[in-house]
Amino acid sequence: MKINMVQALNQALAQELERDPRVVVLGEDVGLDGGVFRVTDGLFQKFGGERVMDTPLAESGIIGVSIGMAAFGLRPVPEIQFLGFIYPAFNQIISHVARLRNRTRGRFTAPMVIRTPYGAGVRALEHHSESTEALFCQIPGLTVVVPSTPFDAKGLLIAAIRGEDPVIFLEPSRLYRAEKQEVPEDPYEVPLRRARLVREGKDLTIIAWGAMVPVVEKAADTAAQNGVSAEILDLRTLSPMDQEAILASVKKTGRALVVHEAPKTCGLGAEIAALIGEKALLQLEAPVLRVTGPDITIPLPKTEDYYYLNADRVAGGIREVMEF
Amino acid sequence: MLQILDDEGRVRKDLEPALTPDELKRIYGLMVMTRAADGKALKLQRQGRLGTYASSLGHEACQVGTAFSLRKEDWIFPYFRDLGLYITAGYPLALYFHYWMGNEAGLRTPEGLNLFPFAIPVASQILHAVGAGMAANYRKIPLAVVTTFGDGATSEGDFHEGLNYAGVFKTPTVFVCYNNQWAISTPRRRQTAAETIAQKAFAYGFSGVAVDGNDVLAVLSAVREAADRARQGQGPTLIEAVTYRMGHHTTSDDATKYREADEVKEWEAKDPLRRFQIYLKGKGLWDDAFEKELQERTAEDVEKAVADAESRPAATPEEVFAHTYATMTPQLAEQLAGLGGSFREGWR
Repeated sequence: MKINMVQALNQALAQELERDPRVVVLGEDVGLDGGVFRVTDGLFQKFGGERVMDTPLAESGIIGVSIGMAAFGLRPVPEIQFLGFIYPAFNQIISHVARLRNRTRGRFTAPMVIRTPYGAGVRALEHHSESTEALFCQIPGLTVVVPSTPFDAKGLLIAAIRGEDPVIFLEPSRLYRAEKQEVPEDPYEVPLRRARLVREGKDLTIIAWGAMVPVVEKAADTAAQNGVSAEILDLRTLSPMDQEAILASVKKTGRALVVHEAPKTCGLGAEIAALIGEKALLQLEAPVLRVTGPDITIPLPKTEDYYYLNADRVAGGIREVMEF
Repeated sequence: MLQILDDEGRVRKDLEPALTPDELKRIYGLMVMTRAADGKALKLQRQGRLGTYASSLGHEACQVGTAFSLRKEDWIFPYFRDLGLYITAGYPLALYFHYWMGNEAGLRTPEGLNLFPFAIPVASQILHAVGAGMAANYRKIPLAVVTTFGDGATSEGDFHEGLNYAGVFKTPTVFVCYNNQWAISTPRRRQTAAETIAQKAFAYGFSGVAVDGNDVLAVLSAVREAADRARQGQGPTLIEAVTYRMGHHTTSDDATKYREADEVKEWEAKDPLRRFQIYLKGKGLWDDAFEKELQERTAEDVEKAVADAESRPAATPEEVFAHTYATMTPQLAEQLAGLGGSFREGWR
């Protein structure tokens, strides 16, 4: 059946709640209301308030109690309403979620999937358009996952819930209802730590994730009309990232462009460019280029487009890499 | 404030908990052990054999009384100043020393012991205890979950969030605040304008009780009652155990810079061991010979634990890298191999 990303995520949660009594969902408005984006719609009615818990309005609390639940053998799937509101929970995420396994040499762990919508391009209020994924990628012990299609959203979420490591699961709000895709009804896993080859090409490699993937695809179409064959990698797991896939592709094409909507400085693009510099310098025909959001606070809707990337700007990046 | 034993060891007969002579002697032994092990840790630190250390001196009644009230199935989420609680819960002293000597392996709780690794970020563990209680409610397992923290922790947001969640979800949590009057150099009156910490429970919809934290019988009675209520599904309790940090904050601190010697002296007279000793003597359970034998045996056990801790090897590089993720990433495998190339052997 063709469904959108919200429906795919909802299906994944319902199926995991069904499969494993240890799985619980908690967060602000995730119960009766079904979440502000409706990702948890109907779960409260189906599984009850014991497993789909509306919490007080307190983000550190949501993550902190999830740690205790995980230690007690549950598999919590906490939701933070927007990535821009996760910061009060940073202490719990960085000081405990990420490192409980190491601190206790594996005796206690905090397997949980912290779901949160993120990203711009939805004409939202301040704090509702953040793309601070790189903050989490710097923290050892965390796995950072971003789906870009309904199919991947379902499979990655199921894999994350079944995994042993804590996962920051970032859902691009711009893609929630952007497209419908054929998604198998039965549960399935899409492996973490593996990039997806979106499109094969031979002239350059474009690395992107989340809401930038369809933008990059559109830009690659334009490039194709101009005789440039772009290979596109959807990173899917940002950390630990699939270095092998990046290097294999770049060694083949000899050129790389990283596209992310997050600000440029210390963004993940820098890490990817450094990786390519360390491991594939002599195969490069051109410097690794980054097309990213600027280093400014993301503007409110009237001027959001000064920030947000479109296919034209990505196409400009492709051209620059090709013409070097 | 609940007090069963006063400073001079006189007992309130009507409140005296039912404990066997053997239990009473064990409680005393655990407090003696806590003080001896704590003193040893301070010595080891000065000799460079143990790292920065947070002394438990003066907290023996709080720590031993809390842990002694619990059952095997209960869970504990302690904080970093909790030696007596660890010992009483059955945590091997050698392992505890091993941690403070700079080894993560020392926080690997032995199987079968429901003792979470203590938290260093202040108050953060309070939420973990509440979450474990929520999980216990969901799994319909009747037990108590205890968390400990200092008076400074009550100013943190996680204290508020934790107690608030506990009230809303009616969790089986016993919050035990060791109000030791000082958070490094910040006195209790600078943490809150509230007259007591116990009264804060009222705002969260459950009861709070202040007890004399240097009176092990008062701590034990209050925690035991709260834990029983928790097991019966009657929700959380906040216990404020009023005590005093007799030592510096840690071995890196000098408390003489910010507090008066007179204040410390005043609290010396309220010593938790001394009053319990008088109480035991009155019951015919203590004499000089008992004390001598106990001190000797305790000192021997502490020495054994130190020798054991020091004989444990430091972790290998492989072990240091192995527990970041459930399975090692290629990145970490490469960095581990690089450690072999550059760090161990240097420039070639």
